[in-house]
Amino acid sequence: MDAETAHAAAITGDRRSLARLLTLIESGNINGAELGFGSRVEDGRILGVTGSPGVGKSCLVDRLLHEWAAAGERVAVLAIDPSSPVTGGALLGDRMRMQAADDLDEVFVRSVATRNQPGGLPVRLGAMAGALLDCGYDRVVVETVGTGQAEVRIVAVADRVLLVEGPARGDSIQAEKAGLLELADIVAVNKADLDGAARFAEEIRGSLELSGQAPPVMLVSALEGTGISELVSTLEQLGPARAAQRARWRERLLSEWEAALLTRDDVEQLLDRLESGDTSVPEIVDTFYRGDD
Amino acid sequence: MTLNSIENGKVVVQLKGVRRLDADVSTPLRIVIAKPGLDGHDRGAKVIARALRDAGHEVIYTGLRRTPEQIVRTVMDEDADLLGLSSLSGAHDFLFPRVCNLLVEAELLDVVVFGGGIIPDADRPSLLELGIRAIFGPGTTIEEMLAFVTELGERRAAGEPSGVGEGGDWTWQATGDT
Repeated sequence: MDAETAHAAAITGDRRSLARLLTLIESGNINGAELGFGSRVEDGRILGVTGSPGVGKSCLVDRLLHEWAAAGERVAVLAIDPSSPVTGGALLGDRMRMQAADDLDEVFVRSVATRNQPGGLPVRLGAMAGALLDCGYDRVVVETVGTGQAEVRIVAVADRVLLVEGPARGDSIQAEKAGLLELADIVAVNKADLDGAARFAEEIRGSLELSGQAPPVMLVSALEGTGISELVSTLEQLGPARAAQRARWRERLLSEWEAALLTRDDVEQLLDRLESGDTSVPEIVDTFYRGDD
Repeated sequence: MTLNSIENGKVVVQLKGVRRLDADVSTPLRIVIAKPGLDGHDRGAKVIARALRDAGHEVIYTGLRRTPEQIVRTVMDEDADLLGLSSLSGAHDFLFPRVCNLLVEAELLDVVVFGGGIIPDADRPSLLELGIRAIFGPGTTIEEMLAFVTELGERRAAGEPSGVGEGGDWTWQATGDT
């Protein structure tokens, strides 16, 4: 199935063709930009969901999926998990926490391995999200790996960022130093069923108010399903993205730069030469700046 | 290098957009490891998932207690190359054929299906006839399972039928099975 065939069938709602199209984009066999998936207007339809491992991102996304599907929306999820830096393999386990993935026809979930992209975002994620919107999904959720600083890269792809936090993760200084709090358009403190969640939410509110233009902080429980419809309606009413446009362009630039570097034909040879001491990192960077060889 | 796909109900061979099980392509295989039915034991499935990951593949684990319909949906949406079914509950004679039939109905003919768990010898021939290409029981080494995956790669590269709906009578010849 070539890309044009897959695209034509995927637009009519054929899941298998859509799945194949995503594979073709992901593996670099087709250039998403050629099919028009590369650029789009920011319209709030791509939501990034980030937060540390174990805060309940996948379970919360599952609740959101049910809510949106019940309202008649078609939603796609790109759930990212890390690839092993050693073997390149990956165990993709977000899907098993999303019951909606297997049960609701309005929902399409695709597990995506990082394939060792720095920043924790696969190079072609933007094109994959664009393809899903093009093929009739009303919104796309990108669930990130959830490890710290690198997560900032999500603003390169997502129009809005939902940061999921949980209680019992230390004091709010932990949340502040991650840097993501500054970029989040909305914060959901999950596990409201646990002690200390309400206080934790208050602490986050407090620290956000210090910086002015504070995003909404919601208390939810993915386990019990509380606060979910409030979260959905607040998501609908979000103002313009908080991440400064300049920060978004910065992340996009870095993302494209790394993609260009890592998809070079000679990247493996470069690594070989570095490993054997044949060349050095500054030398290679120098070559790039001077123009290609 | 060939890629089999389905058009108008026929298996066609194309040369474009190749990435599948060719050994010289660095794109990892996508493998779904599934637990059909009410069986609550997934230690084996998790060991297999981990071994395949360590061999450089991308493994999607479904979690426990999935229906055949849910499993086929996962295979479709994830565009998986292989599907591993694990059952220790004795319900394999109902669940495995159901999954295979649904895969064929969904025209996912090129998906390679293998099984594992507690599958008595007497039950194996009929499952293999359905298009399941290998059944791994207790005592199977990880090396053997990976050898199966590698041989599949070679078969696919040579355009030999390996998927659940591609026919042919090839099955994995166990080397160290108990």
